[in-house]
Amino acid sequence: MFKLTDHQSSNSKKMRLKSSRGFSARIYEKIIEYVLFLAALASVFVTLGIAYVLISESIPFFKVVSIIDFITDKQWTPLFADAHFGIRPLLAGTFVTTAIALIVAIPVGSVIAIYLSEYAHPRAREILKPILELLSAIPTVVYGYFALLFVSPLLQKIFVNMTGFNMLSAGIVMGIMIIPYVSSLSEDAMRAVPMHMREGSFAMGATRLQTSVNVVVPAAFSGISAAYILAVSRAIGETMIVAIAAGMQPNFTLNPTEPASTITAYIVQVSLGDLPHGSIGYQTIFAAGLTLLLFTFALNIAGHFLKKKFGERY
Amino acid sequence: MELKTNYKRQLLINKIFDVFFKYLGLFFLICALIALLALIGNLVSEGFGRLSFQFLSSFPSRFADKSGILSAWVGSFAVMLMTALFAIPLGVASGVYLEEYAPKNKITTFIELNITNLAGVPSIIFGLMALGLFVYKMSLGQSIITAGMTLGLLVLPVIIVTTREAIKTIPVHIREASYAVGATKLQTIRYHILPYSAGGIITGIIIAMSRAIGETAPLITIGALTFIAFLPASPFISQAPFVSTQWMFDPFTVLPIQMFNWVSRPQEDFHTNAAAAGLILIVFTLTLTAVAIIIRNYFRKRIKW
Repeated sequence: MFKLTDHQSSNSKKMRLKSSRGFSARIYEKIIEYVLFLAALASVFVTLGIAYVLISESIPFFKVVSIIDFITDKQWTPLFADAHFGIRPLLAGTFVTTAIALIVAIPVGSVIAIYLSEYAHPRAREILKPILELLSAIPTVVYGYFALLFVSPLLQKIFVNMTGFNMLSAGIVMGIMIIPYVSSLSEDAMRAVPMHMREGSFAMGATRLQTSVNVVVPAAFSGISAAYILAVSRAIGETMIVAIAAGMQPNFTLNPTEPASTITAYIVQVSLGDLPHGSIGYQTIFAAGLTLLLFTFALNIAGHFLKKKFGERY
Repeated sequence: MELKTNYKRQLLINKIFDVFFKYLGLFFLICALIALLALIGNLVSEGFGRLSFQFLSSFPSRFADKSGILSAWVGSFAVMLMTALFAIPLGVASGVYLEEYAPKNKITTFIELNITNLAGVPSIIFGLMALGLFVYKMSLGQSIITAGMTLGLLVLPVIIVTTREAIKTIPVHIREASYAVGATKLQTIRYHILPYSAGGIITGIIIAMSRAIGETAPLITIGALTFIAFLPASPFISQAPFVSTQWMFDPFTVLPIQMFNWVSRPQEDFHTNAAAAGLILIVFTLTLTAVAIIIRNYFRKRIKW
């Protein structure tokens, strides 16, 4: 009897020990799960941080400068005695450099994508694709050097009157940089198109080109448009190439052979100086940044919408 | 008969277009590669002669031929260290949570959408955020820790996405086998999921680092100085704890900023310095990228489920 109780008590003690260890282990697992959840939430806090800083620093700016002036004024001279705060010259610079970059990157990138996906030997593709992707791995400041000191002097042989700083060379080099964004993502989308769709087309007697243009590209439209949108948003947000090669003077022109400033280049220009924290000049970079963010945000939403509407359905 | 020749002619035209397009694709591809070669070749021909021990061990100077990149490469190294310390735990943890724990609900969808959006935000916007938040609100100043946190957040989406991709390739039966022998979820992750996805995760980390090392715009925005003729404080001291965190709060410059500074000057001699600095920079980034590709291929070949 006595022995039994002893046995029972030790048994129950063991049980308790075991269950308490299980309990603390469960707590530990839960704690880890919450820690991981907090890590995942960090990205949300980053977004909130970006929105908070840009909006809170822009509000005092828009109290001094009306939004109407900001949009309609044709001059951007915030650091001069006769200060004007019209964003349009910066937008024009951003627009021209982006347009040149896209004129280079979209046709070249798309043709390369079709070539790699539909024509190239698989082994050639395995080698060529990573090499091409090196183009987007090169630091942008190196591209800036290349644009200013290699491409620009080369172009000056054709456009004799062009200044050393110009939007054309910056735009072209930016285009070279974003070729891999267009080609790699488009190629991924095209290769995801099932083989039997191509085979159907070949069986009708179509050539590779006809199959690519009439079957593969339409089927991969969603992925290709995502690649184009990424290219546009890279070009709009690109900073160092335009800051180095396009000259940093706000210039309301659409002529690519002239120097101009972009939204991003202006932010760099102000950051290089030593404007006091809280001054209107300091606040302009946040207003400019907010404008930039709105553009990229609109592009992201457009991309999301396109993906939903034209998502792959084979 | 006429119909047949018409038909044949059409076939021939189609064939010609097809062949033409093939060579057009090849031509564009070669053009892009020539641009890459021209860029590298230009840096080598302009800057290679400038590379010397003096260049690596000197501070920037008013005289181009006495300038060097000592403070720049030490700064780049310190900032990379901070970036890695900050981005790797956060990125891998987020990736693991989203792939292994996250329930399918609105919060998860929101976090995922948010990461996709962040990946598309221009780097200079991160710089503005850091300027407002880290430099002024948190009073961290224009220091190495600010730079590391900024770049860490910038490359966070890259690490999260590659971690998730790597975990996704592990088949369900591996998890089931682990649960079947009584392992908990955490043990399964610790002893199975993380080791098997290590190749993919390391690839992502290296790609993220190679992006961070060349990033210039956000660091200029937080006000990284371009003329730094001193090194950050040493992490090792002679007194009691023997390690010091003072270096994290020191001002700094990095290689791309030093290069930008030299490119912006009108004198030719400084452009040579810029080319030499650029050469070192692309050797770093291209090596990192190559290592990432090799690791990826190695793990892809080795692991067969």
